[in-house]
Amino acid sequence: MEMKLKVFRFDPEADKKTYYSNYTVKAEPWERILDCLNRVKWEQDGTLSYRMSCAHGVCGSDAVKINGRCALACQKLVKDYHGEEVVIEPLPTFKVLKDLIVDLDIFFERVDWIRPYLIASAPPEKERIQSPEDAKKMGESIRCILCACCVGACPISNENEKYLGPAAIVQAFRRIFDSRDKEKAERLKQMDYPDGVWACLNHYECTRVCPKEIPVTKEINLIKAEIKKTTS
Amino acid sequence: MELKHDVVIVGAGLAGLRAALEVGDAADVGLISKVFPTRSHSGAAQGGIGAALGNEEPDSWEWHMYDTVKGSDYLADQDAVEILAKDAIRAVYELEHMGVPFNRTPEGKIAQRAFGGHTKNFGEAAIKRACHAADRTGRVILDTLFGEAVRRGIKVYSEFQLLDLVMEANQVAGIVVYELSSGQVRTIKAKCVLLATGGFGKVYKTTSNCFANTGDGVYYAYRAGIPLEDMEFVQFHPTGIYGLGVLITEAARGEGGILRNAEGRRFMEEVAPTIKDLAPRDMVSRAMMTEIREGRGIDRRDFVHLDLTHIGKDRLAEKLSDISSFAKIYLGIDVSTEPIPVNPTCHYMMGGIPTNSDAQVLNEHGQPVTGLYAAGECACISVHGANRLGCNSLVDLVVFGRRAGKKINEDLGDIAWSGAASQAEDRVFDAIARIKDRKKGERTGDIRAAAQQIMTDKCSVFRKEKDLKAALSELRELQERYQEVSIDNLGSRFNTDILEALELESLLGLAEAILVSAMARKESRGAHFREDYPERDDNNWLKHTLIQKTEAEPKIFHKPVTITRFQPKARTY
Repeated sequence: MEMKLKVFRFDPEADKKTYYSNYTVKAEPWERILDCLNRVKWEQDGTLSYRMSCAHGVCGSDAVKINGRCALACQKLVKDYHGEEVVIEPLPTFKVLKDLIVDLDIFFERVDWIRPYLIASAPPEKERIQSPEDAKKMGESIRCILCACCVGACPISNENEKYLGPAAIVQAFRRIFDSRDKEKAERLKQMDYPDGVWACLNHYECTRVCPKEIPVTKEINLIKAEIKKTTS
Repeated sequence: MELKHDVVIVGAGLAGLRAALEVGDAADVGLISKVFPTRSHSGAAQGGIGAALGNEEPDSWEWHMYDTVKGSDYLADQDAVEILAKDAIRAVYELEHMGVPFNRTPEGKIAQRAFGGHTKNFGEAAIKRACHAADRTGRVILDTLFGEAVRRGIKVYSEFQLLDLVMEANQVAGIVVYELSSGQVRTIKAKCVLLATGGFGKVYKTTSNCFANTGDGVYYAYRAGIPLEDMEFVQFHPTGIYGLGVLITEAARGEGGILRNAEGRRFMEEVAPTIKDLAPRDMVSRAMMTEIREGRGIDRRDFVHLDLTHIGKDRLAEKLSDISSFAKIYLGIDVSTEPIPVNPTCHYMMGGIPTNSDAQVLNEHGQPVTGLYAAGECACISVHGANRLGCNSLVDLVVFGRRAGKKINEDLGDIAWSGAASQAEDRVFDAIARIKDRKKGERTGDIRAAAQQIMTDKCSVFRKEKDLKAALSELRELQERYQEVSIDNLGSRFNTDILEALELESLLGLAEAILVSAMARKESRGAHFREDYPERDDNNWLKHTLIQKTEAEPKIFHKPVTITRFQPKARTY
């Protein structure tokens, strides 16, 4: 079938204004939107820039906005668009560096800020014992691939540039609820400020777009509840 | 602009990160990554990491060593395998201490499961040795090691592409990199360079590898005169999703999955009566291709079925949720009720840059190159020999990544700065200018697709002289055409067009090295199956292949295999 793509373009060094390029590519129904982008780039227009790598939803590189919804281009299939025009744009909220590529520096800085590592006492000779029930408390957060779809989709992040954002909070969740970590109280305190967990107003957009089906909003709310428990 | 670090590590997957943690406290280290570190391909590893912890049933490192040696078809160097199998245990505990969220046994220990080629008591029956975090083991280890790098404040250069290795005589002087965001070419001077650049599955059309896996580190070492080792050994993973190559982990069979042909028959029962579907990858891949060739592919097409329908929804959700989701997304299949169409997909390169067991790169005389190290898939230590066992790649990365770091710490004080790195970027400037200045020419994508097709058709699971010869001549035509490659994108920001054109030189060079090495080895061993020489020939071929680039034809020579505990014998399961 033929796919019509309308792709956001902008090179801040060369262009005064943003614009869209239209392309038509041949694609099989079972192919990915990423395959369509690759066909554009390899066969028609090598000036188009976007990120990609693993092409099956584990590396998180190719997060973009497809027909208004943040997603991984490698997880969306041609057949699901029934030949309609597909509009591909960069993730909202972030600064566009070129075409579909956005600046993720602040995104990664925030992940670094939550201290994305285990803080624990000296380890035993073998493994630290952790029951399957305790391991489950980390929940789906361990699936996070840091693709930034959640932040792109979050209306709060879009309005409030100081909001810590769902991805960094999910990373914090993973450590807060890891029974091996000894800094639970400090980590909860770190989340407890107006632009931290409390900025979240339960729009659920992060949960809706998460390509790994992490219940992001629920995890943010669980942190809120945990903070309330410790301060009440 | 010139940069300088005592130590430069190229690649921020598991090997690069683990080495960086070792070096980062002791020296000034710069970590170069073609992507963001958390997007490295180690993150795609699914099934597990092998270590004889004995948490589920009694196990020993000797059994792990034996399985690795037998799996390698006796081509692995046994001194290195002994290090791997012994140190795996420490390495997995270390990962747990760093916070890897492993699945747990009811007692709270690290859970283990069965995997291809892992056996108890020297081949008696399958054993549970694979430590895992559901089917995203690589991803969570990658995240954990990256967190540790963050904790240590390691300097990371994200989205910098390696474009050359600078050498002076038998010493490394630094590297040349391309900063993707700006298009700047920079030299980074270093006393020590560790190549941890991963594999190069993109030489093939259907592969489980990511787009970044173009073998830049391996090729630039080859171009700089380092001979490459055992390049003919290319692993095809039996269960790639048909048509896409997306991997369905071997853990699917470890949890009870069964391969079936068009008649519904479990054909692995005949090939490997003891461990059946859990035979090593080379054997399963050949068995599947044989079914397909003899007309027993599903609907007479070129795939078979992987049947997980008897495993149960709960167990699938707990242990195999990612692959269940892949099947749902890409095939619209519910794996708890329908079988998955699979065929072999290019997965792993056993060959690469030759190193000793301290990760020092070896020159054509087998001597270490001063300051140059390699670890991970880009290296050939060799612990995988002719065929790598599942779960041994993650072990390899963390065991030998750490050893590389330790050796660098030890060597650093004795190494003097080399002066050769000045103006090292000229060659890269020229290469970029040649491509950008060419007004009309060949498209990168066309040449790349043709090369991938040739390798897939003529140098995959089965090989023969006639095909390899034809492939080599066709590939050389593509190398000629590559001289005329041109691009659309003449800008400087995020110009992936130019990078893909430069990567293509690596892919074509490595494809040639695979073909020439495969033509030279006139026997069948591990993943290298020659239909015209179907038997393993220990008298003549129990040796490593080395291929070195010269002005004319690449030069082939050999070195012996180190055998310590286990003498070669027939490989049956």
